[in-house]
Amino acid sequence: MMTRLLPAFAILWSVASCAAAQATVRIEPPANPQGPRVLEAQTASAVVRDYLQSWQSMSAALEHNRADLLDADFVGAARDKLAKTVQEQAALGVAAQYRDSSHDIQIVFYSPEGLSIELTDIVDYDVQVLDHDKTIANQHMHTRYVVVLTPTESRWKVRVFQAQS
Amino acid sequence: MRPFPAMIAGSLLAASSLFAQNGDLQVPHSIEAGSSFSIQSAGNGKGTLYIVGPNQVLERDIQLGQPVFFAQGSVYNAGRYLVIVRSENSTHQSTLDVTPANNPAEVSFLARPSRLPIGLHDGITGAIYVFDVYNNLITVPMPATFELIGPSGAKQTQSVVTRNGSAFTAMDSTPRQGTDRLTARVGDVASTRIVTQVPGDPCGIKMSAKPSGQQILLQTEPLLDCSGNAVPDGTIVTFTETYPGAQATVDVPLKRGIAQVDMPAHNGALLSAASGVVLGNQIRWEKQ
Repeated sequence: MMTRLLPAFAILWSVASCAAAQATVRIEPPANPQGPRVLEAQTASAVVRDYLQSWQSMSAALEHNRADLLDADFVGAARDKLAKTVQEQAALGVAAQYRDSSHDIQIVFYSPEGLSIELTDIVDYDVQVLDHDKTIANQHMHTRYVVVLTPTESRWKVRVFQAQS
Repeated sequence: MRPFPAMIAGSLLAASSLFAQNGDLQVPHSIEAGSSFSIQSAGNGKGTLYIVGPNQVLERDIQLGQPVFFAQGSVYNAGRYLVIVRSENSTHQSTLDVTPANNPAEVSFLARPSRLPIGLHDGITGAIYVFDVYNNLITVPMPATFELIGPSGAKQTQSVVTRNGSAFTAMDSTPRQGTDRLTARVGDVASTRIVTQVPGDPCGIKMSAKPSGQQILLQTEPLLDCSGNAVPDGTIVTFTETYPGAQATVDVPLKRGIAQVDMPAHNGALLSAASGVVLGNQIRWEKQ
């Protein structure tokens, strides 16, 4: 399986590079992926593309405090948690800008029935926090995310979106 | 020998390593989701404390120099947070990691398919994701078991360890038709799915022919799969009669386990029955 995936991921790198407007993206070949299902290059490409897009949606939603911007890319618990953060921010007059600058993505699990894909991503991003439009903090973050995506009618959506220490 | 000063110094060192210190701000490096903790700021006067992450945001008015206590359940979504203490003339910031609680509270379990033929190797698959009480994915490895109990009570068990919060199984469907219970268990949390096993294709078809007035009555014996399960009513059996210059075909659904049909009696006709890819015996009809 590993040898079948390597060429696929070589193609993916260029696809993913185009998908993220500014961030640099590196796709790691699966070291020892879980799951008996073969991951086709087209599927992997779509998953990575949609995941990178979800960062743009999340960033816009938390910057403008608009939960509706999450709908295209998030579903289930991930959407609920982010939407609640938007609510909390709006109530406090706080906004946060998340600017991702690099991603190091590895697909770690493709469930046997094909209804979920899990990936890890070591992300570099900058956070700027504003209180009533006044910047109160800037911080660079280097964090590993664990993400689960599930297919919907037209795209993969993020169902679990969680940073790890 | 005076061990106490060394022990005390060691304890203080250990305690200080648990905190991220950024000048005048002491924040725990890491806490478990939902647990209580405190943040210590320096100085005096009033200030504002922010805890900001994609999954949760908190703001508190604080008294600088006093510890700020957060009760259980205050910060419950796993992730990395930015902690900011702001006063009129200074801002300090640090980070706080919130890890999932260790006890599983929910197993998200998807089993497929809900219905399949008997005796299929790796025919039943299941995937799980393990969550804590706050719906955080528990990413530390945890032992999990999958247990399939077939209609006869026979049990298949697989033990696995979750990786990144997920695990999967593939199991064989059993030889007997009926209902399977597939259970995934992590710690004290279990989730069960029902899988229905249906008989496979007929193992063979035995057909007999006898006169019925001006026609021939063709009738099968009860159709069984190769494990002895009755093939379900409604399964189509195709009867074919081939005689010089023509062929007649009739599709008949199984009723009470058998299929039967009347066909024209042509001397020398070749009669056969089939279901799916299974072909039954052939009979040559001679005038009686």
